[in-house]
Amino acid sequence: MSHKRAVVSVVGKDQVGIIAKVTTVLAENDVNILDISQTILQDFFTMMMLVEINKPDDLENLAEELNKVSSTMKLKIDMQREELFQSMHRI
Amino acid sequence: MSLAFQEIQETIRMIQMEKLDIRTVTMGISLRDCIDQDPSRTQQLVYDKITSSAKYLRRTADKVAEEYGIPIVNKRISITPASELLGAATKEDAVALAETLDKAALATEVDFIGGFSALIHKGITKGDAVLLDALPEALSRTSRVCGSVSAATTKTGINMDGIKRLGEIIKEASELTAEQNGIACAKFVVFCNPAEDNPFMAGAFHGTGEQEVVLNVGVSGPGVVLHALRRYPEADLGEVSDVIKRTAFKITRAGELIGREVAERLNTSFGIMDLSLAPTNAMNDSVAEILEEIGLERVGTHGTIAALALMNDAVKKGGAMASSYVGGLSGAFIPVSEDNGMIKGIEDKALSLSKLEAMTCVCSVGLDMIALNGDASAASISGLIADEMAIGMINKKTTAVRVIPVQGKREGDMVEFGGLLGRAPVMGLNPFSSEKFIKRGGRIPAPLQALIN
Repeated sequence: MSHKRAVVSVVGKDQVGIIAKVTTVLAENDVNILDISQTILQDFFTMMMLVEINKPDDLENLAEELNKVSSTMKLKIDMQREELFQSMHRI
Repeated sequence: MSLAFQEIQETIRMIQMEKLDIRTVTMGISLRDCIDQDPSRTQQLVYDKITSSAKYLRRTADKVAEEYGIPIVNKRISITPASELLGAATKEDAVALAETLDKAALATEVDFIGGFSALIHKGITKGDAVLLDALPEALSRTSRVCGSVSAATTKTGINMDGIKRLGEIIKEASELTAEQNGIACAKFVVFCNPAEDNPFMAGAFHGTGEQEVVLNVGVSGPGVVLHALRRYPEADLGEVSDVIKRTAFKITRAGELIGREVAERLNTSFGIMDLSLAPTNAMNDSVAEILEEIGLERVGTHGTIAALALMNDAVKKGGAMASSYVGGLSGAFIPVSEDNGMIKGIEDKALSLSKLEAMTCVCSVGLDMIALNGDASAASISGLIADEMAIGMINKKTTAVRVIPVQGKREGDMVEFGGLLGRAPVMGLNPFSSEKFIKRGGRIPAPLQALIN
């Protein structure tokens, strides 16, 4: 994979420790956060991060660990390659 | 340029809540180098070529879908029209070829393989005749093989001998799969002016103008368009068109990105993006509901054709702006059994077969997935096909017929096909006979529009 940037989105009921848990997983997998924004939308915690993945060949492990956080904290966590967003909205 | 919060949100909403998906990646494979005088040798070559070319198709598509977080629902293969491989074959060989294709589809784990097809719009070759003879058995003995026949074009007119035969073939295929509600007919479509790069089944085949191996992509998002329109309840029709256009643009961009990525990883060239609003039985994934959102109380009422024309055109405009390689059948599909809104329209008696025929003048395909009463005569089905071919021929557009006579069912009954194919209320054909018209045979000459050189 030549491009390594992805968008991680986290949506769910607000609670203590969401950012801590998610960013810990990212840090442990050598994923660098380039940009982060977070807000409460209609009572839902909503966070978007632009990240740089340094070990793109080991995405499965990262996805699996994010899944664990996702199920223990009842959050919806998605990771998608950045180009998708760029191509849909920018000419 | 950094991404805006709203853009990220919009994309995620479109995919997760509004059912935006890449409906299909379809690998087109030329099989012309597999032709051999010995039919069993041809079958072996065909199997080898398909399974080697598409070996990584499914795996690669799944991987790309996961990375980009956008589902690729179907993985499919289309091949050179099989009749070209059958010049020296018998009917039994042709059925065996269909079974070979089925096996190849199973081995490569694709959902469907299309191209058990013949192009007979001007006349019938030996291979075409063999294929036509074998069609009913081939479709009923296999589960993943789809077939199509081109029976008319604007340039050549309508092959009425062929259409007479097709009525009989559809009847026979329905009878052979009577226990499964005539499911074989759901895998077969008759075309006027077929598109050679169409990635959607049952009409996909790898046309003669295509390259060796190519990857075509079909994207669909009726749900996304519906939700977009719901945000503008007061918009006038010019603005409605604009909303659809903008939405189609974004959907197309996503599709082309994914298509190119899959093609690159498979080391094949990217063919076309087919942007079609193709419904599914999922909630809010209906073309009919878009028409109703535009302002019709129920699809089929007065104004339906105008609304459909507006939508179809706006989809094409948005798609054409977003990608230079838009092809296939891009526009709106109006299959009955796969669209909850269409089913409701028929149940409420707002939508009739005649209105559906009229709608095909402005939609991207034609009469699609319509269940007919089981006692419909072959001549009446041929008549229905001939009407649809005439609409396509005169209007220089693609039209198609995919109808399913269901044995033992009568008008008003509901038929379940299961899975992607959905369910459909049975529609009755006109009780008056078309027998004499169909029996005349011959070819309806090409219209004046053919002389445009």
